[in-house]
Amino acid sequence: MTVMEISNLKKSYTPGKLAVNDVSLSIQQGESLGLVGESGCGKSTLARCLLGVEKIDGGSIIYNNTPLANANRKEFRDYRRNVQTVFQNPTAALNPKLKIKGSLLDPYLQFQRELELEHFTFSSKQGFVEQLLEAVELPKELGDRYPHELSGGQKQRVTIARAISIEPKLIILDEPTASLDVLSQGAVLELLSSLQKMLGMSYLFISHDLAAVYQLCQRIAVMKDGELLDIFQKEDIYDNSRHAYTKELISIF
Amino acid sequence: MSVMAFSPKKIKKAKLWLISALLLVVLAAVAYTFLYLKHDAAMTDVGNRLASPSWEHPMGTDHLGRDVMTRLLLGFRLTVGYSMIALLAAVIIGVPFGLLAGLRGGWVDRLFMRIADGFLAFPDTVIAIVLSGLLGPGIGNLLFAIVLVKWVNYARMVRSTVLTEVQKDYITIAKINGLSTFTIMRKHLMPHIIGNVLVLASLDFGKIILLISSLSYIGLGAQPPTPEWGAMLNESRPYFQANPEMMIYPGLAIVVVVLVANILGDYLRDKFDVKKEVQP
Repeated sequence: MTVMEISNLKKSYTPGKLAVNDVSLSIQQGESLGLVGESGCGKSTLARCLLGVEKIDGGSIIYNNTPLANANRKEFRDYRRNVQTVFQNPTAALNPKLKIKGSLLDPYLQFQRELELEHFTFSSKQGFVEQLLEAVELPKELGDRYPHELSGGQKQRVTIARAISIEPKLIILDEPTASLDVLSQGAVLELLSSLQKMLGMSYLFISHDLAAVYQLCQRIAVMKDGELLDIFQKEDIYDNSRHAYTKELISIF
Repeated sequence: MSVMAFSPKKIKKAKLWLISALLLVVLAAVAYTFLYLKHDAAMTDVGNRLASPSWEHPMGTDHLGRDVMTRLLLGFRLTVGYSMIALLAAVIIGVPFGLLAGLRGGWVDRLFMRIADGFLAFPDTVIAIVLSGLLGPGIGNLLFAIVLVKWVNYARMVRSTVLTEVQKDYITIAKINGLSTFTIMRKHLMPHIIGNVLVLASLDFGKIILLISSLSYIGLGAQPPTPEWGAMLNESRPYFQANPEMMIYPGLAIVVVVLVANILGDYLRDKFDVKKEVQP
């Protein structure tokens, strides 16, 4: 089953130059799709378009058989409820003046009317926060701390907990390990894959680190200069039919 | 004495004690004026003018035979009360304008910034003097002038806080989650604003007291026989050589209150700076 279909997506910041040029992708239920490319190739722009932060200049994003451009209020709300995100820099992604529990509860409080959670149960705010922290393997008393009291890896786990808190269908991970040290990177990747087994959502994992993508994802897409060059199953990575640029990436990883 | 005696922690603690003690004195003085006053502040007794301290008049009497201590204590209530009113009005007007300008941007922001620039081009005191000169002397006009001068600071501060915060990822994520502008304002921006406003307000408190007193001193604010400290200083000017204490008492009172306000401001600034270290 397809969770999200992106067809011929175009986005431009400066006239005449496309940051995302004619990208078509589909993301299947429960899969991890990796998106690799060098800095400035348009992968983060693509993520921002999918999250509705940037307006798209062409093509469409289709969710639940409805193009987002035609979605009514209710459908758009449903989209937001089902597409969550984790950003690169966990320090910027958490409000420094709010306790961890305050940040964690944002999505739940926003969507509680229509939520039917399967995995987590909400009886009290405190209990819910503890469940979430436990799910990302953090001590449950961290809910009462402020972000600056946590390490980078812990903060990233908190933003992951926030993303999974309403059990979305898709999480867009925009370089979630890029600002972490090597040890935390490995731990976060393992956490992501065990959470996927537990909750069954799809990932769009954006990274410039082919090794991390290879570890987490079943399918890999390669972008360069705004264009999608290559998309393949992980097993076919050494196949001879790979694009020349993909081969170049593989040779350095 | 060892260097340790002046460690920042000890200084901070000493500061806290000093504020608490001074605040207590201030509150006791205010409470006293409400509970019990021996003399009428406006009651003249020409036969007993410029009297030396006695049990009846602990700080003596002024040139019209009025009890100085009574006037000083009442002046306290007036000066502090006027500053509070001016400050509150400035905050209530300034904060929403700043939020609006920061969040809406566009022409609202441009218009607001031009107005703010206009006010900031002149020193506070000059605008206050001109305005209360134009509107005529009197405490009401003076307060109006002070509010007009001060609200800009709050609006500008709130605006700049909002502008830096809205670019950060946590606001983007809140928007992705569909939080309304009002919720983002209340939950995510207010905690950043409140601390700053409190610190700025407590520092401004001292400045406003000085402004009120100095304008009353030159005759533009509170009018005699109101026992406002600046006005009292002005009234006792001709008697400075023979009876300097008549000027020293209100002068000292102003110094103490402004000092307390400033120390309190410093303390609040330390207190609200939750983020002691930035970035890992």
